[in-house]
Amino acid sequence: MDILTAAFMVRALIAAAVTGLAAPAIGTFLVQRRLSLMGDGIGHISVTGVALGLLTGTSPTLTAVVVAIVGAVAIELIRASGRASGDVALALIFYGGLAGGLMLVSLGGKGIASINSYLFGSLLSISPTDVWVSVGLAGLVVALSLSLLPQLFSVSNDEDFARTTGLSVRFYNVLISVLAAVTVSVAMRTVGLLLVSALLVIPVATAQQFSRGFRSTMLAAMVAGLLASVVGVALSAYADLPPGSTIVLVALLGFAVTAPVGMVVQRRRLARVPFEMAEPPAEQAVEEPHRHAHGPGCGHLAIEHGDHVDYIHDGHRHAVHGGHYDEH
Amino acid sequence: MSVTNEPVLEVRDGAVSLGGRPILRDVDLVVGQGEVVALLGANGSGKSTLVKAAVGLLPLAAGSVQLFDRPLHAFEDWWRLGYVPQRSTIAQGVPATVREVVAAGRLARRGPLRLPRSADRRAVREALETVGLADRANQQVSTLSGGQQQRVLMARTLAGGPELLVLDEPNAGVDLISQQAIADALATRAAAGSTILVVLHELGPFEPLIGRTVVLREGRVAYDGPPTHLAGAGHLDAGHGEHCEPGEPIVHVPPMSGLLGEER
Repeated sequence: MDILTAAFMVRALIAAAVTGLAAPAIGTFLVQRRLSLMGDGIGHISVTGVALGLLTGTSPTLTAVVVAIVGAVAIELIRASGRASGDVALALIFYGGLAGGLMLVSLGGKGIASINSYLFGSLLSISPTDVWVSVGLAGLVVALSLSLLPQLFSVSNDEDFARTTGLSVRFYNVLISVLAAVTVSVAMRTVGLLLVSALLVIPVATAQQFSRGFRSTMLAAMVAGLLASVVGVALSAYADLPPGSTIVLVALLGFAVTAPVGMVVQRRRLARVPFEMAEPPAEQAVEEPHRHAHGPGCGHLAIEHGDHVDYIHDGHRHAVHGGHYDEH
Repeated sequence: MSVTNEPVLEVRDGAVSLGGRPILRDVDLVVGQGEVVALLGANGSGKSTLVKAAVGLLPLAAGSVQLFDRPLHAFEDWWRLGYVPQRSTIAQGVPATVREVVAAGRLARRGPLRLPRSADRRAVREALETVGLADRANQQVSTLSGGQQQRVLMARTLAGGPELLVLDEPNAGVDLISQQAIADALATRAAAGSTILVVLHELGPFEPLIGRTVVLREGRVAYDGPPTHLAGAGHLDAGHGEHCEPGEPIVHVPPMSGLLGEER
């Protein structure tokens, strides 16, 4: 147990734990809004932020947060303006951010290797100050995600309806983007920018196999994220593995192991849904007298039905039978 | 048609374009306090566009919209308005329970950072009872049938206790039980004095409620008056001259219901 109580290990565990809690909290809204790859997009933009920090000698974490927020808001505004769909908006910013960052690093005369610790995480070398910053930012993300849950849920679940209840849809959408950007900057130290999205999405995917509600999905996803992070760090310490990829693989393993159970649970649940029985008679005489005589070219859609022709009339299928019409 | 009651929804000279294509032109629609108005018309006649513009979901290219005597941009009492969309994304993405979705209808009355009060919980429970889904509150929305999901949308709006209900084709692609449940819920609201504007493809179980019909044709109001003036009241026929009774106005409402040809 010694290795887990070493100071650097305690810091790593704390940073991983808060990342594991915060990422799925905001990730639940991203999955709901079908922006699962948003975290990836923001991660790529953050490369530009890190490069700016390295070039100007300021803290790369600080510049990454600022650039990530700017990029996330840009993605949201492009998406909301309808000029490009969500995934195209992501792709535009995605590659611009990555290429720009690599270019800046090269122009600054530093090797690409200098951003490795940000791309792949540097959990074991995290400083005490960084731990406190991570705890603070992650706490902010979790607090806002939970306290504004009803509003954020409404806006993510049905944007048009939310607007007609007077909610500022744009404000809440931008808030989700900003919180996602903050989360990415926190996770940058834990799993690295390239694997950030995994922590936002995989725990949610695991949780939603079992849950029926939105809030229960979010809480279960936070537990799954926390477990994956802590187990991942411990495992990497004992087996001497890189912590970032270990955390993500543990999260994936959790999904893979629970997937068969989840399928059974969902099938059972669907089978247990009670069936509402209507009692419409199979054939029903149409109210007499039927004023309109159906025939070729009468304006009602004709459909061949066995040995006769039905006419679609007012949502019903009328079939000539003797002097009247049957409903088919 | 003159409205003697105080208007709660007013569209004046309304015009709406979608993607540069004009959908509505010179539309006047005034709905008075306590009225139950059906908005009818063929596919593509602009019914849904009109109600979306009226509740602020689509911008007007010209004209004005007033809700409760306030221009739309200055309207703030959103709890007075209850919109029921035709289709919704409530069953997509992350699972959500029926209760969670319906509770979203309370947000016009419940500000941010406030825990739900007993009044909020009671309103959600009563709204679910009204549409006959009280026993489904904890069920996942995506496991419900299309008709039941439409009833969830109805309950979500009812939970907010609005004075004006605007419904977009609540019976399109919906089973008969659900159509009746929605019509019954509306009848209760109408009896309590709510104002109702409902887009319909056919009157169906809503027929006894409707006090006035407005028919759109190609983006303009083609008819505005009592429903009895329409061919056979509720049996909106295609108006193919030869089988129309003398004196009936020819109103082109397509014979198809949402059964087969509905645009999704």
